[in-house]
Amino acid sequence: MSVLDRKLLRDLRRMWAQVLAIALVLACGVTILVLAVGAQRSLEDTLDAYYERNRFAEVFANVRRAPDSLLPDIRALPGVRMAETRIVGQVVLDLPGLAEPAAGRVVSLPDFGDPALNLPMIVAGRPPDPDRTDEVMVSRAFAEANGFVPGDRFAANLNGRKRVLTITGTALSPEFVYVLGPGAMLPDNRRYGILWMPRRALAAAFDLQGAFNDVALALTREGQAEAVIPALDRLLAPYGGAGAHGRAEQASHVFIEGELTQLRAMARILPPVFFLISAFLVNMVLQRIVSLERGVVGLMKALGYSDAAVAGHFLKLAMLVAIIGIVIGWGMGSWLGRGMARLYTEFFEFPYLVFQPRVGSYATAAAAGLLASGLGALQSARRAAALPPAIAMAPPAPPVFRRGLSDRLAAFAGLSQPSMMVLRGITRWPGRAAFSVLAMAAAVAMLMSASFFPDSLDEIIDTAFFEQNRQHAMLILAEDRADDVVEDVRHLPGILAAEPLHAVPAILRSGTLSRRLAVEARDPDARLSRVTDAAGRPVEPAGSGIVLSERLAERLGVGPGDRIEMEILTGRRETLLLEVSGTACIHFGLGAYMDRAALARLLRKPPQVSVVNVAMDPAQADALYAAAKNTPGLAGTVLLFQTRASFRATIGENVLITTMVYVVIAVLITVGVAYNSARIQLSERARELASLRIIGFTRAEASYILIGELMALAILAQPVGWILGWIFAYAQVVSFSSDLYSLPFVMNPATYARSSLVVLSASAFSALIVRRRIDRLDLVAVMKTRE
Amino acid sequence: MAQPIFRSEGLTKVYRTGDVSVHALRGVDLSLYPGEFTVLLGPSGSGKSTLLNILGGLDRASGGRAWFADHELTAMSDRELTRYRRDHVGFVFQFYNLVASLTARENVALVTEIARNPMPADEALARVGLDQRMDHFPAQLSGGEQQRVAIARAIAKRPDVLLCDEPTGALDSKTGVQVLEALNAINSDLGTTTVVITHNAGIQAMAHRVVFFADGRIAEVRENASRARPSDITW
Ligand SMILES: Nc1ncnc2c1ncn2[C@@H]1O[C@H](COP(=O)(O)OP(=O)(O)OP(=O)(O)O)[C@@H](O)[C@H]1O
Ligand SMILES: [Mg+2]
Repeated sequence: MSVLDRKLLRDLRRMWAQVLAIALVLACGVTILVLAVGAQRSLEDTLDAYYERNRFAEVFANVRRAPDSLLPDIRALPGVRMAETRIVGQVVLDLPGLAEPAAGRVVSLPDFGDPALNLPMIVAGRPPDPDRTDEVMVSRAFAEANGFVPGDRFAANLNGRKRVLTITGTALSPEFVYVLGPGAMLPDNRRYGILWMPRRALAAAFDLQGAFNDVALALTREGQAEAVIPALDRLLAPYGGAGAHGRAEQASHVFIEGELTQLRAMARILPPVFFLISAFLVNMVLQRIVSLERGVVGLMKALGYSDAAVAGHFLKLAMLVAIIGIVIGWGMGSWLGRGMARLYTEFFEFPYLVFQPRVGSYATAAAAGLLASGLGALQSARRAAALPPAIAMAPPAPPVFRRGLSDRLAAFAGLSQPSMMVLRGITRWPGRAAFSVLAMAAAVAMLMSASFFPDSLDEIIDTAFFEQNRQHAMLILAEDRADDVVEDVRHLPGILAAEPLHAVPAILRSGTLSRRLAVEARDPDARLSRVTDAAGRPVEPAGSGIVLSERLAERLGVGPGDRIEMEILTGRRETLLLEVSGTACIHFGLGAYMDRAALARLLRKPPQVSVVNVAMDPAQADALYAAAKNTPGLAGTVLLFQTRASFRATIGENVLITTMVYVVIAVLITVGVAYNSARIQLSERARELASLRIIGFTRAEASYILIGELMALAILAQPVGWILGWIFAYAQVVSFSSDLYSLPFVMNPATYARSSLVVLSASAFSALIVRRRIDRLDLVAVMKTRE
Repeated sequence: MAQPIFRSEGLTKVYRTGDVSVHALRGVDLSLYPGEFTVLLGPSGSGKSTLLNILGGLDRASGGRAWFADHELTAMSDRELTRYRRDHVGFVFQFYNLVASLTARENVALVTEIARNPMPADEALARVGLDQRMDHFPAQLSGGEQQRVAIARAIAKRPDVLLCDEPTGALDSKTGVQVLEALNAINSDLGTTTVVITHNAGIQAMAHRVVFFADGRIAEVRENASRARPSDITW
């Protein structure tokens, strides 16, 4: 090792605290890159391989009842490589040890051989015997949540006939990586599962002999989903086709895509912030080192070291800092990456998901870290290289202070001398002061954007559960029924109130913009489930108008008074022209709402019911559950208090983790900036402070100058941080908003206060550490040394 | 007489700071010869350091020409000057200029690592009588010892010329003499041409040649018929 490198290592060891403070900020950037890029790639690769190996279909369609003879026509559609028909259905389950009814989606398995598409991967046991009607294979998550093993039994209400089924095996499927039951907001594997049964058994149960109600397609290399979907729709229309869709609207796939989008955003937005701040810190510290080491630079030049060698010396220092940060970041990234993968396996049902350390993401992160640190060092390295060798001979020149406007202002304001010194320190290095302020403001902003989250979610819970969906349960009917079903429900035990809802799958269209969703039609006096605006006022569709959620209106580019087309995907597949009569504030899904009677009139049919919303007497819950399990025609139940509780629990856990991560990050940034700038000021002002102490200033008075400057910058950073935080949070709201969710923008005063408190404490903490050094300042030594 | 190792013709140096220009050198014509021990004397601000810096390739002249043997210093590029310093010149500074985080031996190694034909760092330190303190850091050495480390560092590359700017300026008389003895020994043992700037008129007694500086010009050059030993000099 060369002597200069040895010097470098010793310098590094001497400044370890400063080096570590910078390295940790850099490590945050590296961690997030490794984590986000790694998780994203792992997810993508896993998904690709899984989809490929288990033949995940590309186009999906539901139909009421289509004859098997249609299959050759479907196969003959241009662009179709493979087509497979199935029978699927919703069933209510009566599980041992579970009072309330559970639900499931049954999917048929072909009579001979494996499915050609959406091949389930068997984890345990075997598929059901094609000739048996009482055997079932269930999804792994459902089995695990309920403690089922092959051989266990449970009861299912198959199209009105209650039957005891024996589990023969458990499986996974690319179709059901993320499983949400109807009306659910989060996966609930205890109460919702996927059931695979032989086609023959299901055909008999659902009266679909020689027919199918679901078809999946794989496309040829040239085949385009956009072209195949309308052709398939035309074929299925006469049989009650409910509109085909591609992967982009496949429920499970959409959720994974959403997660990927967030990971990509995370990898793009956050790391640059950290790299920028660490570049700035490296810049600040190296500038100081170069000024302190002018003599060494001059000496190196006098000894005949080239400009490149001199610049290289300081660049190397920056590289070493970067390497420390990179190594820490790699470690943290791998560790958190494994945690993330574990989290994914909780939410997503993958056969395997390993957080594969990707050489690529590690290399990218390292390159970015080195680049940031290198760029931060560049200015100082160049300045060092440009120093004339003759300065080796000369003593260092004192820094130039100028009287400026700020001094006159300060004098005018009657500031004390120490305060004047604080002010001058700030204006002497305006760039440095500005960046310190910005970096600490970024810390405040990050905290705000993390701490606004729970408030926003509280607001969601408030609106979704206490203003809009106030029913205790939703009874989902297997098919639309006439109004008398509401009366039947009212006679079930413990029902206090029951209100009908008609859900109609439709495509809403305005010009070229369109969205597929279920339009909900309610009665005007509905009390249990209703729609409200941002202020919490109920919004009622006027006449035969339609109310859209704000997001849907935005997606379709329409507002109140505009007209939109509603293409109904069931029945006679009519297209209605409706006026948008208002907008509502909906956080889950896109929503569209009509008056039930008005819709019935438009369809020239009596009013229909698809869901009955009920309020129930908790004391009679068990009796109601038992009845629900045995009620034919029920496809499932959603207990909203349970949804709310699981939403709270899941979100609460996530929020806790996120908040902790952000607090750590903000503290690292603040300490990195505050500690380094305080150390630099101390080094620049050691003499000045020692002189003050010598002429009789107390320790507190001398420290005030240094801490005063730091805290002045920290305080200045707060309003800037609030503005930045507001923008960050708003950007999050925007980027988070998808067809699935939206976040309300909620900024409580407490969010500002909490964020500022953390950053101010962290800077005060840094100041106090440096203050201890002022207290120990060796007056004699400081005055004796040159510089 | 031998060919001069340093020669200058009408050398001038003007420092410009803002609107003020300081004429540090106002036309210096000088010849210094190989193997000689030259002492540069003159009042503060008379331009001694400026001249030494130009001869050592640390700084550039504003006008006139200067040669090292038959290389014209005033015509060299920065890169050539760097090479020149690396291969031919040893410097000793008034404030030692040791790297605080390197030991005595490492400070010398700073030079031996890049020089073409260096002597081992241990030998250089032995020559200045510091063989016992090679692994001490500058902070653990006295001023005189530090300056001797600086001299060891300057001679370790076996330079053709040794340029010293007030090497005893920060030292007391007794320590100063040790430093002068080290310089003298190197001059006589290795034949290194040595130029020493000093404010101490007593030191001129040990020189072959004494150059008197005043107001950016050479006022007088004197050759000593006989030289005093460093130990006879006091201040
Ligand atoms: N970098 C510089 N910028 C401006 N003026 C300078 C610079 N270096 C030297 N000078 C001026 O040039 C003149 C000569 O300086 P120089 O350092 O050569 O004097 P000196 O003879 O070495 O003095 P001393 O004995 O005090 O070291 C002085 O007036 C000095 O102020
Ligand atoms: Mg001088």
